[in-house]
Amino acid sequence: MLRLLWLIPAIPCASFLLLALFGKRLPRGAVAAMGTGSIGLSMIASFLVAAAFIFERPGGLPFAQPLWTWLAVDGFAPVFGFYLDGLSVVMILVVSLVAFLIHLYSIGFMAGDEGYSRFFAYMNLFVGSMLILVLSDNLLALYLGWEGVGLCSYLLIGFWYREPENARAAMKAFLVTRVGDTAFAIGLFMLFTGLGTLQIQEIAQKAPMVWAPGSLFAAVAAALLLGGAVGKSAQIPLQTWLPDAMAGPTPVSALIHAATMVTAGVYLIARMNVLFMLAPQVRLILALVGTITLLTAGASALAQKDIKRVLAYSTMSQVGYMFLALGVGAWSAAIFHFMTHACFKALLFLSAGVVIQALDNEHDIFRMGGLRKALPWAFWTFLIGAASLSALPFVTAGFYSKDLILLGAWASPEGGHVLWAAGLAGAALTSLYAFRVVFVVFFGRQKAPISHTPGPSMKIPLALLSVLSIGAGLLEMPKALGNWTLLADLTHGALPAAGSAITGATTEGMLLAAGAVVPLLGLLAAGLLYLSGGASAAVQRIPGMSIVHRFWYSGWGFDWLYNAVFVAPFTWAARIDRGDGIDAFYEGTARIVKSARTLLVVTQSGKVRWYVMGVTIGAIVFILIAVLG
Amino acid sequence: MSFAIPFEHAMMLAGILFFIGLAGVLVRRDSIFILLSLEVMLNAAGFALVVAGAQWHQADGQIMFLFILAVAASEVSIGLALVLWLYHWHKTIDIDKASSMRG
Repeated sequence: MLRLLWLIPAIPCASFLLLALFGKRLPRGAVAAMGTGSIGLSMIASFLVAAAFIFERPGGLPFAQPLWTWLAVDGFAPVFGFYLDGLSVVMILVVSLVAFLIHLYSIGFMAGDEGYSRFFAYMNLFVGSMLILVLSDNLLALYLGWEGVGLCSYLLIGFWYREPENARAAMKAFLVTRVGDTAFAIGLFMLFTGLGTLQIQEIAQKAPMVWAPGSLFAAVAAALLLGGAVGKSAQIPLQTWLPDAMAGPTPVSALIHAATMVTAGVYLIARMNVLFMLAPQVRLILALVGTITLLTAGASALAQKDIKRVLAYSTMSQVGYMFLALGVGAWSAAIFHFMTHACFKALLFLSAGVVIQALDNEHDIFRMGGLRKALPWAFWTFLIGAASLSALPFVTAGFYSKDLILLGAWASPEGGHVLWAAGLAGAALTSLYAFRVVFVVFFGRQKAPISHTPGPSMKIPLALLSVLSIGAGLLEMPKALGNWTLLADLTHGALPAAGSAITGATTEGMLLAAGAVVPLLGLLAAGLLYLSGGASAAVQRIPGMSIVHRFWYSGWGFDWLYNAVFVAPFTWAARIDRGDGIDAFYEGTARIVKSARTLLVVTQSGKVRWYVMGVTIGAIVFILIAVLG
Repeated sequence: MSFAIPFEHAMMLAGILFFIGLAGVLVRRDSIFILLSLEVMLNAAGFALVVAGAQWHQADGQIMFLFILAVAASEVSIGLALVLWLYHWHKTIDIDKASSMRG
């Protein structure tokens, strides 16, 4: 069964090729069946492979499947192959399952769109690239998947390219992540220089022998990889592309945020954990980046009006939690949160899509309202998603994963309590902004009539994701609640165990209680502020609040800053450089050619007899040359 | 058993015929006449080939002339079709009117 491994990324890629070449000629039903069916097959293969891995490989023995030597240049012969261990098992299961549900939903959501086959082709390539990324056993092939994911995000964010605004958002996403990708590429060069290989397992073996813990070379290499991860995962300071990426269709946002793209950075760091263990300073930066992002993005989410932008900032904030977990060495907690986040964030986006479609592409939450009765499917699924996002205690999956991260932060030796407190504050913010949306959109007076209700292909994914958003928490239970560690056992071989455990059951119980109470406080605050509206007006009257609101609304002014520091000087330089010598040379050449053309065009009179004359004179000249010469 | 006509005279006749045809192509604007003149040019070339074949006692020249006949037949059929189209579009067979492809 493990031999099926190569099929998992191959099926979506093959389907992409077929859809790209013949998609326009196929009927819509066939396009939908192929686009969704390929991901479905890939999902079935993932489940078979995962089952085989769990039952046939005791102790999580990894399985490697080398396919071919990519290229062989003097001493550098990267092998294109796949590698399966506990970490990649979790990744392929989550990616293929969530992607399949999103594809299923897209059949209904995109039904009336003219670019139906183009959409499914791009989506399949997106999933295929992500699967290559998580399965490859070589950093070079991983980089191939990494860039493929970036390309697809560009194509899909700008899917409705006739709006210049969407094309601009796509370009922004591409360019901003490119900054991180460049750092990643330099990091790869450094690793190759230092270790002479890009095979991930060889790096994991060699790195601790070549570099001492805390060595500068390892730290710089790790920092460069972190740069790549920060760009892809939309963490500060390369986070500005993500809110604009909402320009794409809603299923694309769900795919980018839940299963692919933003989680690639988390996967990269988890995969390269050996390197990051050698660079404690970089891990501290990692934890700090995560903490700062989760707080600032949470605050920004609180000020947004566009329902999808709220969710975008919430993704940044939740990925911030994963970075925090990676930084404090709670490796499996980060992967656990990735998993639960994939479920509830996909759910939130898909049910937001139902609302947006029902109100004829309305994104502003303050023009929605009272949709609880009109759209019960959207209401209940969004409520479940928001509860899981807010980590409401005991019933939601988000609670268990976030709790594990907070425990890991508390236990970490470097400033753990501060990070824990920040994470807890972030949890309060999370439930505040999540339930703000719930209360504003679904409660109160209905402000607009609905025009569209979801069909079965949209309801089934919503139902399944709702179940997962609640049930996925059962994979891992804290010690105080039964000490159930399925996920940690699965990833045990691939990820190092948490660095330091919490001593004492009382402390853990207290932390657990704090983690349970704080989201409820946020929920309560959201209810007070947004359910009646009276308290909200009182908050707005606080002096200086509107400035803070505007600041948070604009995402802490990062766009403004980058425009002023990078974009404006660049366009200015380009403008003054327009008439320099090189340009003048080429423009002069073009002008000469143009005027010569007006002379030659006289001979092109269109009169056949003139042409015959030309041929005759030419023939006479050549004959004279031949005879006399 | 050689003919009384010398080789040079025959070749000169071919040349004269050729230039008469060429002049016709260049001077005439009526496309039917241009086709006729083209026929004259082809026949001049064919004549030269036959004469040369007789001079060196080789059959090649006469075989070539058979080919030229075939080419001339197809050329005329295409040419006449073009003339018909020309008339259809421009209501004239003046070749100078068909100058819409000037640069």
